[in-house]
Amino acid sequence: MIDEGLRSELSRQGVVTTTLEELYNWGRKNSLWPLQFGLACCAIEMIAASMARFDIARFGAEVFRPSPRQADLMIVAGTVTKKMAPQIVRLYNQMPEPKYVIAMGVCAISGGPFKEGYNVLKGIDRYLPVDVHIPGCPPRPEALLHALMTLQKKIANQRLTGPDRPRHLNGEAPGEFPVPDYGEHDLAPPNNPAVWRPPPMTRDE
Amino acid sequence: MQSLEQLKARLEAAVPGVRAEIVPNGSPAGQPSLLLDNGHARAAAEFLRDDAELRLDYCSNATGVDWPETTVKEKVKVKKVVDGAEKEVEEVRERKRGGYLEAVYHLYSMARKEGPVIIRLRTENRGDRVALPSLTPVWRSCEFQEREIFDLYGVVFQGHPDLRRILMWPEFRDYPMRKDYVEPDDYEYEPTPHDEVLERARRHYAGGPAA
Amino acid sequence: MTTLQSQSAAEEAAGGHQLLEVSMGPQHPSTHGVFRMDVALDGETVVRLKPVFGYLHRNHEKIGEKCSYLGSMPYTDRLDYICSLTNNWGYALTVEKLAGLAAPERAEYIRVILAELTRLINHSCLAGFLLQDMGAAGTPLMYAFREREKILDLFESLTGARMMCDYMRFGGCRCDLPPGWIEQARRVVARYPRFLDEFEALLTGNEIVRARTEGVGVLSAQLAVNAGITGPMLRASGVNYDIRKVDRYGVYGRMDFRVPMGERGDTFDRYMIRILEMRESLKILEQALRDLPGGPILDPKAKLRNLRPKAGEAYGRIEGPKGELGFYVISDGGPNPYRYRIRPPSLINLTILEDMCLGGTIADAVVILGSVDIVLGEVDR
Repeated sequence: MIDEGLRSELSRQGVVTTTLEELYNWGRKNSLWPLQFGLACCAIEMIAASMARFDIARFGAEVFRPSPRQADLMIVAGTVTKKMAPQIVRLYNQMPEPKYVIAMGVCAISGGPFKEGYNVLKGIDRYLPVDVHIPGCPPRPEALLHALMTLQKKIANQRLTGPDRPRHLNGEAPGEFPVPDYGEHDLAPPNNPAVWRPPPMTRDE
Repeated sequence: MQSLEQLKARLEAAVPGVRAEIVPNGSPAGQPSLLLDNGHARAAAEFLRDDAELRLDYCSNATGVDWPETTVKEKVKVKKVVDGAEKEVEEVRERKRGGYLEAVYHLYSMARKEGPVIIRLRTENRGDRVALPSLTPVWRSCEFQEREIFDLYGVVFQGHPDLRRILMWPEFRDYPMRKDYVEPDDYEYEPTPHDEVLERARRHYAGGPAA
Repeated sequence: MTTLQSQSAAEEAAGGHQLLEVSMGPQHPSTHGVFRMDVALDGETVVRLKPVFGYLHRNHEKIGEKCSYLGSMPYTDRLDYICSLTNNWGYALTVEKLAGLAAPERAEYIRVILAELTRLINHSCLAGFLLQDMGAAGTPLMYAFREREKILDLFESLTGARMMCDYMRFGGCRCDLPPGWIEQARRVVARYPRFLDEFEALLTGNEIVRARTEGVGVLSAQLAVNAGITGPMLRASGVNYDIRKVDRYGVYGRMDFRVPMGERGDTFDRYMIRILEMRESLKILEQALRDLPGGPILDPKAKLRNLRPKAGEAYGRIEGPKGELGFYVISDGGPNPYRYRIRPPSLINLTILEDMCLGGTIADAVVILGSVDIVLGEVDR
């Protein structure tokens, strides 16, 4: 790695130095294309974030693609119901790597205010790996922008080689996840154990 | 706008054989409803829609309600012998009322800007005899609402053009809005549970239900 | 009938051609939410269209049976999530009928002001979404959302939240207007006609909008009444039924406004009705802001937290921006309702979607759906 003092000295003279990793990540993080995928109330705040007051275009993400084949960020905005969950996993499978998921709103994180429900899936992380969670009901558009910046930082820190390289450069890591089926009382399987590994809860009371 | 008694009298005169009963309403809203028998419900509905003085052409709402089996306490005046003299005494009697499912329709008139007139239809029980006549051929607005009552309560509407589940997926087996529905148990991870959720989550905690 | 049987029957009806079955949704570019239409096409003509929903069914009614009366109020925000304050008012009205409460005059005026501001938001967003479906990707929507932000600023300074306001209570409103709110509201209302003029100059005379909406999705008045259609869709077909004028709830009886009506019942009429209704809403807002009295905002006898109305039932309805929003609550004397039912205008308005789209092209089906103005939070509850 180049010494920071030398780098800033060179850049003052008009010579820019970088690494391939930084350049690769810089290009990817500043042009995340979200999938046009709003489920419920959080979708309206997501649309408001892409409008004139809270401009998401400054982050390079105003191109909401209608087709999952052309998108690389899925913002799950709104309540995930059990009827909709297989379609969400199917859409995720159709997105090409590298792909990221932001769970926007408490409904996508854990079921939210509708948790005690027979049709509500208690969090999309039961079936998909989530990168950033945004709490709020609904989260303000500024919160969505903050989440986008957090995701950009996460992408910037990804190493291209080594054991913690991202999924799309790692041949063994799965890029597609099994789609649940409609069962008689619940989805079958009710969660994906490879993805959802909550810590065991112990309570003293 | 006529009162419900006058409407009931005209209905009984126009549709022979119909049995209508006024169900009172305890709240200050003052909206009593008319309980119709299932056999003549369709004919009564057509009368309500087409009659020149009523013109109830708009069915605003169709609701399903679940009334499980319960015991009803009633105060009855009986003649009893107390201290040698016959007096009328109030006694509390318990009566078992069977369970049934109910469909409640709210009718308004757009032509005369009047309403509401509320009619009720009841099934015989909550188990196997859960058929009701469909009022969709009379008011098309009941189409999706009757499908929803079928989906969530299990009432089978005879004469409905397309009776399938509307909100749940087709392979779903239960009738979720009934009072005795038990939902699937996926409360394994609850960081901040309280009340009911705490009860359900405790079963999943390490150490078993008593922990 | 299985899908294959119904398909071959429709094929025979179409003259023996093979039909193309398209499932539009539940994820699609038009921003109506998770709504699916199973469309059978003969070339480009729609031969059969079945709407499928339930992808946002959050069992609101079952949760209503578990919560207390006041506890269900935040859930009503999330029904029609673009217009949360009118949902609150519908529920508050119904429980006030059930329990025999009445709101003081100042609270009624504030309710009317907020409801009409919500109507402005809803209709301008609808015009934006409709035009986005037609292909004007984003620009009218951006203008509409710019105006929406100004009104959301008003909501936020009054209730604390942009969208999920949870402001109405049984017997009045939650908190009083902060200082300076009325002047800010007057400024917003004074500048709104200029935005409407701009919008109309761009869109109403536009030949593409006219060609795509005139004569498309015609709905006859008789079918509309029988199918229970309410709201701007009904008035576009020529039926004069506005619950603000029929029931005269709140203080609408004192307001002077007209009810715009359409002639042909096509998509253009439904779009124009909403623009005209926005102008009438501005009239109501000017009157209400001028006549706003002082006084309490909550009935002093109203008990909010442990409300136990007498056993009975009530059905209350308001003219929401999408149609008649009704609530039917049965009480058994306890702290929770026995049955809590929402009459969703968007669900009933979808009954005749197939009738309106048959015979048209699939591009028209998208535009007709846009003019029906559905919000899935309300359809599925």
